[in-house]
Amino acid sequence: MVASRAIGCLRRFANASRTLHHCSGYICRNFSRSSALLARSHINYGIKDDVAVIRINSPNSKVNTLNQELQSEFMEVMNEIWASDQVKSAVLISSKPGCFIAGADINMIAACKTPQEVTRLSQEGQKMFEKLENSPKPIVAAISGSCLGGGLELAISCQYRIATRDKKTVLGVPEVLLGILPGAGGTQRLPQMVGVPAAFDMMLTGRNIRADRAKKMGLVDQLVEPLGPGVKPPEERTIEYLEEIAVTFAKGLADKKISLKRSKGLMDKLTSYAMGIPFVRQQVYKKVEEQVRKQTKGLYPAPLKIIDVVKTGLEEGKDAGYLSESQKFGELAMTKESKALIGLYHGQVLCKKNKFGTPQREVKNIAVLGAGLMGAGIAQVSVDKGLKTILKDATLTGLSRGQQQVFKGLNDKVKKKTLTSFERDFIFNNLTGQLDYQSFEKADMVIEAVFEDINLKHKVLKEVEEVIGMHYFSPVDKMQLLEIITTPKTSKDTTASAVAVGLKQGKVIIVVKDGPGFYTTRCLAPMMSEVIRILQEGIGPKKLDSLTTGFGFPVGAATLVDEVGVDVAKHVAEDLGKAFGERFAGGSLELLKQMVSKGFLGRKSGKGFYVYKEGVKSKDLNSDMDSVLAGLQVSPKPEVSSDEDIQYRLVSRFVNEAALCLQEEILATPAEGDIGAVFGLGFPPCLGGPFRFVDLYGAQKIVDRLRRYEAAYGKQFTPCQLLIDQASAGKKFYQ
Amino acid sequence: MTSILTYTFKNLPSSTWALRFSLRPLSCSSQLRAAPAVQTSTKKTLAKPNVRNIVVVEGVRIPFLLSGTSYKDLMPHDLARAALSSLLIKTNVPKEVVDYIIFGTVIQEVKTSNVAREAALGAGFSDKTPAHTVTMACISANQAMTTGVGLIASGQSDVIVAGGVELMSDVPIRHSRKMRKMMLDLNKAKTLGQRLSLISKFRLNFLTPELPAVAEFSTSETMGHSADRLAASFAVSRLEQDEYALRSHRLAKKAQDEGLLSDVVPFKVPGKETVTKDNGIRPSSLEQMAKLKPAFVKPYGTVTAANSSFLTDGASAMLIMAEDKALAMGYKPKAYLRPTYATPKVLEKAGLTLKDIDAFEFHEAFSGQILANFKAMDSDWFAQNYMGRKAKVGSPPLEKFNNWGGSLSLGHPFGATGCRLVMAAANRLRKEGGQFGLVAACAAGGQGHAMIVETYPK
Repeated sequence: MVASRAIGCLRRFANASRTLHHCSGYICRNFSRSSALLARSHINYGIKDDVAVIRINSPNSKVNTLNQELQSEFMEVMNEIWASDQVKSAVLISSKPGCFIAGADINMIAACKTPQEVTRLSQEGQKMFEKLENSPKPIVAAISGSCLGGGLELAISCQYRIATRDKKTVLGVPEVLLGILPGAGGTQRLPQMVGVPAAFDMMLTGRNIRADRAKKMGLVDQLVEPLGPGVKPPEERTIEYLEEIAVTFAKGLADKKISLKRSKGLMDKLTSYAMGIPFVRQQVYKKVEEQVRKQTKGLYPAPLKIIDVVKTGLEEGKDAGYLSESQKFGELAMTKESKALIGLYHGQVLCKKNKFGTPQREVKNIAVLGAGLMGAGIAQVSVDKGLKTILKDATLTGLSRGQQQVFKGLNDKVKKKTLTSFERDFIFNNLTGQLDYQSFEKADMVIEAVFEDINLKHKVLKEVEEVIGMHYFSPVDKMQLLEIITTPKTSKDTTASAVAVGLKQGKVIIVVKDGPGFYTTRCLAPMMSEVIRILQEGIGPKKLDSLTTGFGFPVGAATLVDEVGVDVAKHVAEDLGKAFGERFAGGSLELLKQMVSKGFLGRKSGKGFYVYKEGVKSKDLNSDMDSVLAGLQVSPKPEVSSDEDIQYRLVSRFVNEAALCLQEEILATPAEGDIGAVFGLGFPPCLGGPFRFVDLYGAQKIVDRLRRYEAAYGKQFTPCQLLIDQASAGKKFYQ
Repeated sequence: MTSILTYTFKNLPSSTWALRFSLRPLSCSSQLRAAPAVQTSTKKTLAKPNVRNIVVVEGVRIPFLLSGTSYKDLMPHDLARAALSSLLIKTNVPKEVVDYIIFGTVIQEVKTSNVAREAALGAGFSDKTPAHTVTMACISANQAMTTGVGLIASGQSDVIVAGGVELMSDVPIRHSRKMRKMMLDLNKAKTLGQRLSLISKFRLNFLTPELPAVAEFSTSETMGHSADRLAASFAVSRLEQDEYALRSHRLAKKAQDEGLLSDVVPFKVPGKETVTKDNGIRPSSLEQMAKLKPAFVKPYGTVTAANSSFLTDGASAMLIMAEDKALAMGYKPKAYLRPTYATPKVLEKAGLTLKDIDAFEFHEAFSGQILANFKAMDSDWFAQNYMGRKAKVGSPPLEKFNNWGGSLSLGHPFGATGCRLVMAAANRLRKEGGQFGLVAACAAGGQGHAMIVETYPK
């Protein structure tokens, strides 16, 4: 069986998804009884001495989400507090360990039909937080767990912030990853609080910031250590302790014993001095904007609007800033890009669940056959989740290389200070390297990662009870996708087990049925065939790369072939060509064959379409390819060769094949198709995946395009029945 | 008859990193408590047939001093030698009778890494008497004793000396790894060219010195931080901690004034006065103590300089023998020692419960740590969730607890504290007339050690 490796260049989005994972609260809706007679359901508060302690705890949910109900209860409580003579200060805390407030309720935005409605939502939030900011009684936000999006905007409206130094405590504004912006004053307060450059960084990348770093940045004022075992569960006692400390500080602030003035370091002082100079500010905006344009190719509107809004606030004052924030928020919420990204987010949440239930036996020990790039990568993501892993290879050299790869991956985390050297060693100790099959009988699961050679695989697979396909993507520690392949013989428990292991390894998982190329490789192959045809038609690799990245692919098509390996691409093209025939034709296989015979295997051999040199980032075209391409040249068809047509020829073949996979039930759901395409193959995230793209672009328009290309090239572009049906019925994949 | 039952426990099999500080000493006592309430008449012996009885003959320590005071110019083996010599004088034991010498220490002086051997040679022991050094953080001396007991029980030795030493006035401060590497490479460089090329790689930051680890290697957490967190986990207040520390100092002062600390021997410091008593005992007032700022978790922590044990210099030593040997030599032993590494089951078989204990001697590194231990022992929840027990152990009665002061007031030379605890328990039992004593200590790295001391009828 063939497996292709899409080399991961989804960096930007890889970050995105990590962040999103944490803010799973976005989608949660808390249902609670609305009768005014009943007690508040999200918030309760008590008074300790003269400090009001407001505890947030949304019912029936693991996280607190800033939805309408919570907001109104919160304001009700705040009004009582402001009116009370007994209360001099307040502490705001969550009763849920692991989550302060995970963000605003996405569905609140999704329910809006016009930008004006969304703008109104934003303005309500702005007003609420402004009241907090101007509170005559100091409010201390006591943060433990995720404090994201609207949660962070709330926290920075308070007078003081105390956070637990826990790995679970992360602060951030991930809105940009959903194609929107922090719409409740965040764009205006963050620059004041952490300085313009850091604020841009937070808002444009959406990255999560850990508590200790937040303290250094000035985002929080105090840290509290999480507590260990005591006479109560540690998480519970930690929250209690955090509350005790926060109450002390609230009293101190009310009595003016604690100053709100923050002592700034020299660098901060210099930065804020520099940012006081209009010329410098202009330069910063310019620079940031340039960078964003370069990275997003103008395909993502949110980052540019964020820059714009921050700029408005700083240059024209607070009122203009708030107004701009709310308006741009409304506009962004209505964009296709935002809908696509939010769709991906929902899809990802779905693919982070095990719909096959809990496996009968928990997998604790695994063995990986083959210590190549893939095998070692699988081992790496397994050991750091506590799975005892045997890594087996045939040769000592191969094994050592694999072990070193695992060690290096862990050591890089030590350098980034996300692990201590002790933790690294402890984790690395979960790995056993060996050349024989000793102790394999203890493994709950054996993952076979030997080179793609069917004979070798057969040899390895003798005497195994249950087999299931797990298609990882290289590099395994960076690529989030895992494609699991089931056959009619695969038991549900085996599937559940494989999904459980994948989830433990931190993967987003799609489960597909067996068939040549599974889902991901099968979609990629026709597109690759088109890539070859386009090259044969005289479009150079550089031009082709810029056309594909300009459409939103993270890696250009020619570069992708080099990264994947020309031999692998050839292998795939041959096999799938045999399986699917005419539909997978287009470009001439001869091109890949000649490249392989000349040793142009792509990055791994130093030459492919480009020339690669160790330590050199910029790459030059491989001039030896000129004669190869010239020898295979075909004349282009002018009616389908505009830049846009070339982009759509590539994408439409991809989309058509994806739809066919759904039609043939290789795929169970369009959501899995979208996740697989974006996280495994780098399908443009701004388009949300092939199915979302069809929905947003219009099935009819896709069918029309396919028909036009079909007229020029024939069967390869014949739209599949499902697409035709969708178009004629005006149906959407996502309702 | 006195008997000492030693019971050591090692790492919990699945120790979570956070679960460090307090647990082990507790769990041992809990095992005691778990014992079926068999009658524990004073006639009962913990001796077992066909097992050699092991006794403590005598123990001494030189005064424990605040580091940076009178011992500051000495080296660790000087202190250890002083303890050894004093033991020889006090017991009159012939040097050649001693089969083996074991010392505990924590921060090792690199020049005398086997400090037991250097001290023994200096004290005039034969070079045929082997000596080795053990380290197990604050329970190093306990380990030294336990090791010695093992040697006697297995029949390899008849007489051993166990002790401990720590000199915090001087700690090894090293060149940075980069600097060391350059210096070592320079050593190997043959030509001027090689040397110059090595020197050209020198950077100023190579000169940054490396201090002995303040933080625990595996958790990167300092002891003080850990203690503060522990106190917070068990909701031990600052006031409780200060009160406990004050009690420790008051009791220590009283014991010192009444001459109860009979294991202390005078030490003539070369070039200085003769030191006769511990100098870290400072009974203060709660008001004074309340003024101190937190030492580790700033600004809101509860562990301060006043409710923590201080950095201490000191050494202790103890003469341990097989009973038959001791009697043959005409000694009146102070206590029996049972073979080491007793499992909780053996303790249960001993049929002891907390109620049977007349003298508790616990190592108090921090007020917060001791008080947290009390709370843990008094918590059903803790017993059920962390000790796999149905019910709590109960905390020891304070009137029997560290009555002659503890590490907070007397000082805590890491490697030497264990012997002090055992001697305090043995002497208290003799003075106060009790039968069983429980000695427990915790150590960095989440380890603990405990033993039972049974008094020797007069």
